[in-house]
Amino acid sequence: MRTDAAPSLAAPWRKRRTTHYRRAEAITGVLMASPWIIGFLVFVVGPMIYSLYLSMTRWDLFTPPRWIGLENYQQLLFNDPTFFQSLKITTIYAFVGVPLQVALGLVLATLLNQKIRFLSFFRSVYYLPSVIGGISVAIMFRWIFGTQFGLINSALRVIGIEGPSWLGDPNWVIVSFILMSLWGSGSSMLINLGALQNIPTELYEAADVDGAGTLAKFFRITIPMMTPVIFFNMVIGIIHALQEFVLPFVMTGGGPADASLFLVLYLYRNAFQFFQMGYASAIAWLLFFYILVLTLLIVRSSRAWVYYEGAIRGR
Amino acid sequence: MTTLPANRSFNQSSGQLKQFLIYAVLITGAVVVAIPFAWTLSTSLKTPQQVFTFPPVWIPDPIAWWNYPEALSSQPFGRWFLNSLVIVLVSTFGTVASCSMVAFAFARLRWPGRDLCFLILLGTMMLPDQVTIIPTFILFRELGWVNTFLPLIVPAFFARNAFYVFLLRQFFMTIPLEMDDAARLDGASHFQVYLHIILPMSKPALAVAALMFAQFKWNEFLGPLIFLNRSELYTVALGLRTFVGQEYGTDWHLMMAANIVFMIPLILIFFFAQKYFIQGVVISGVKG
Repeated sequence: MRTDAAPSLAAPWRKRRTTHYRRAEAITGVLMASPWIIGFLVFVVGPMIYSLYLSMTRWDLFTPPRWIGLENYQQLLFNDPTFFQSLKITTIYAFVGVPLQVALGLVLATLLNQKIRFLSFFRSVYYLPSVIGGISVAIMFRWIFGTQFGLINSALRVIGIEGPSWLGDPNWVIVSFILMSLWGSGSSMLINLGALQNIPTELYEAADVDGAGTLAKFFRITIPMMTPVIFFNMVIGIIHALQEFVLPFVMTGGGPADASLFLVLYLYRNAFQFFQMGYASAIAWLLFFYILVLTLLIVRSSRAWVYYEGAIRGR
Repeated sequence: MTTLPANRSFNQSSGQLKQFLIYAVLITGAVVVAIPFAWTLSTSLKTPQQVFTFPPVWIPDPIAWWNYPEALSSQPFGRWFLNSLVIVLVSTFGTVASCSMVAFAFARLRWPGRDLCFLILLGTMMLPDQVTIIPTFILFRELGWVNTFLPLIVPAFFARNAFYVFLLRQFFMTIPLEMDDAARLDGASHFQVYLHIILPMSKPALAVAALMFAQFKWNEFLGPLIFLNRSELYTVALGLRTFVGQEYGTDWHLMMAANIVFMIPLILIFFFAQKYFIQGVVISGVKG
């Protein structure tokens, strides 16, 4: 992630400042940043430490927590097939769904970038699903994926195909969730579109002179120039996908046979239905580490495939 | 989609074919995106008998508009709307006020630890809320805030959504420093510069932040689910869930009517403030 260098540090106008001024500035700075600093300590650091402690206890909210060391983690990692099931399906959802979403977003953005008419109309329509929240989407698609009278299966029946039980069949349910996530490719489309407009047109003009075709230009210019944005979309998308909760909670309740028991749903169940706060905290920490490790892996891999234009010039 | 150009006339007709294909793909895509909305609207206007028909009917006959009053009165919907409105308005105000002030401190002032703090702030944007949801719940439970709106509102006043700090900071950096200097020479304090110079100049960015946050808050589900468990305190998003049953047992027509009512504010805001939304997404992506 690139942050624009703060203009303040080297700016000459600062030099005339006296130490008194600078102290006043520092005090105001800390004061004005204090809502975030306090919020960070109270709502992030404190809870994280407390949660780490809780993850090493057994606690049902009603009797005092009992220290059990790493037992929760042992149980989760070596003795809880349900945890691995939810880890598995959450990972599949993220690592199949998000790349497809990003690819679709890139294709749509490329098409929209072809000096077409009604650009703002198409852009709005494609982005609209991203405005609507998870609960609403869940309700819509629960009806559309219905086995008997769902829209998809009705349409399939018209052409003589008996559709699967989308949300009721353990093999299909994750497919349904991935299809549904593609419906929301609009936000990645929008980010891509903004970035596409930043690609210098000279590159395409030069390619035209060399007689390059549309596909060649797409794969040799557009994709390499877009890798930073693709990377950004991937990281954000995967972090979000690993935390999916509303969709399975409302649409399937994790079923059938735990086939859509996403990690956060499993966490929620343990915490707020089984009242196993310690165990749930351990799940939260494993989820956190999982997200951290995956993000680091993607960031590391990015060195091989992400092209930063500024990188040549050095920092 | 394309072949190597052989001669000029071939090139032209292949250009037309290309245009045609682009529109064909875009229109098909738009239809696919629109279908779930259209189907929701259609179902919301059907009588229960019409809901379960094959082949599916798109335009209901009669148009059962009375589903809407029925759906809205079957649950304390007015109350939920009010709850959502209060939570959204207050927390949006809190977010914009606190995040813009913090963003100003990061963009304009020098104080010890600033750059380190900014790095940490970027890090918290990546941190899943779920890691802290349990201790946060316990904290608010200890404070006796369960079944109040406070857990959904108070964190907003502490710039808890770091993304908006980032967004506003990026915007503030584009405002020339001379503006501050001139005001400072006139004897304005840093806080006055923020209040009287930077904020008025940043209305578009503040609008982006407010709209994006309000949309997020209207949709928020897990927070209300955990902190509100009396039905008169529900938000609309949480209340929608009470319509969910089995495929056959659900009153789909009522549920879809409720869903449409839930979506209307989101869609209205989106259409009237599209350019702000689009700016926000683009800033977050391109400058990230």
